[in-house]
Amino acid sequence: MHQFLVLTTQGITSGMVYAALALALVLIWRSTRIVNFAQGAMAMFTTYIALWVIQTSGSYWLGFVVALASGLVAGAVVERLIIRRIASGPPLNPVIASLGILLFLEAVVPMIFGGQIRGFPPALSFFGFKVAGVDMPFSPFDLFTFAGVLATMALLYALFRFTGLGLQLRAAAFAPEVARLLGVRVGRMLTIGWALASMVGALAGVLVAPVTLLAPNSFDSVLVFAFTAAVLGGLDSPLGALIGGLSLGLALSYIGGYMSSDLETVGALLILIVLLMVRPQGFFAGTSHRRV
Amino acid sequence: MLEVTGLSVSYGAVRALQGVSLSLGDHGVTTVLGANGAGKTTLLRTISGLLRPDAGSVRCDGADLTTVSVEDIARLGIIQVPEGGGVIKEMTVEDNLRLGHLWRRDAADMRRALAEVNEIFPALHPRRYQLALSLSGGERQMLAIGRALMARPRWLLLDEPSLGLAPRLVTEIMKLVRRLSTERNLAVLLVEQNARIALSIADDAVLLSSGQVVSSGPASSMTEDESVWHAYLGY
Repeated sequence: MHQFLVLTTQGITSGMVYAALALALVLIWRSTRIVNFAQGAMAMFTTYIALWVIQTSGSYWLGFVVALASGLVAGAVVERLIIRRIASGPPLNPVIASLGILLFLEAVVPMIFGGQIRGFPPALSFFGFKVAGVDMPFSPFDLFTFAGVLATMALLYALFRFTGLGLQLRAAAFAPEVARLLGVRVGRMLTIGWALASMVGALAGVLVAPVTLLAPNSFDSVLVFAFTAAVLGGLDSPLGALIGGLSLGLALSYIGGYMSSDLETVGALLILIVLLMVRPQGFFAGTSHRRV
Repeated sequence: MLEVTGLSVSYGAVRALQGVSLSLGDHGVTTVLGANGAGKTTLLRTISGLLRPDAGSVRCDGADLTTVSVEDIARLGIIQVPEGGGVIKEMTVEDNLRLGHLWRRDAADMRRALAEVNEIFPALHPRRYQLALSLSGGERQMLAIGRALMARPRWLLLDEPSLGLAPRLVTEIMKLVRRLSTERNLAVLLVEQNARIALSIADDAVLLSSGQVVSSGPASSMTEDESVWHAYLGY
């Protein structure tokens, strides 16, 4: 029973990280119909920056804030300098460009920060704690990850749902031409969308790095899991990304715990294949084909 | 004053408009008539900046718009309701309306504008929290016009608002367009295939055929001009 609880909380913790990175993919897919394969590499880059800040300043929280801020900047820069210039061409071009960004970052980061595998400090302790003499099946770090991702998602939801900026972001994503005819600066909205997405990705990076350790390619598998989670949720739905991430995290945790941890990646592949055969539109997709 | 002078537009090798000129004052309804493919929609899309001309100009109070961005043209008060309305189905009725006013960044005025639009289209008010997806064709067209009014336009460009609507609704919308232009001191450019009903409410009319203006003048004289109907029907 205790093992089940531990596997469950571990599954939820890693699921929240997949959900965060999946949300980053979903935000960009929704607004630009681009699958951003560089999402993991961008998070890797911002996590390296965070590690450098933590080591120089000695403050974890300063590094945490810098990671999110550099995520915002990185997303905006990628959209402005690269994606915008090629977005009007064939739809495959930005996707290929995102692969290019992935390769670029994985090549450049070792030049700046060195290629060896590094540890990354967790925000709070990895070790379990006791409440009223009972061992809790989760650690403060698990709690922090859960609450951090949930709070970020709640803030983003509020931004999209209740503010004028959010209304313009949604309009720019759903119907860019109509939005422009109503005076919405669609280009600026796309930049903001990319910035927000890669900020969420940066959050996922600092949350997962203590577990995966930090190397230029250490988020590659996390991106695959996040992508699976996003597809589970329908690729179009932020709520779907959350539920997809949690389901995948739990499934992989049970597979790893009860069978073998070697099977986790195979498990993700299996889930993805079965899903694409049975319900290719995912579980939370809105209208699959829309015409304005 | 919104002035179109010598406008030519092509899609690749296909010339869609050739030397089209017309001007809109600060009020009244001008209708642009013509058969399918005559260039009516092209004309509207070029005025709002979605298409760029090969030659000629669009001027607003004297300033050339041909290099101004679509969103800035809208912010000058030139608001286009695209064919079919362009209602955003994934958003609520009220969010669609608010979107029309957001660029003004004036919350108090937005509330006033919402109240005004609710008065013009009382049917929309009880459904304001529903997704626009749930609206009928006529309601969507009303929402689209209401959303354009939220922007407090000086010029309202309507692309075939009668398309796909029941005859009774068409009459209703045309009367409304007439009323808006009078009451709100608004100039309307109405693109229509339904010539008879458009002429019945318009002050001026322009007839397009194969991308060229073949006739223009007061709507009343166009109704009686036999050659108009010939050009229109293509014989």
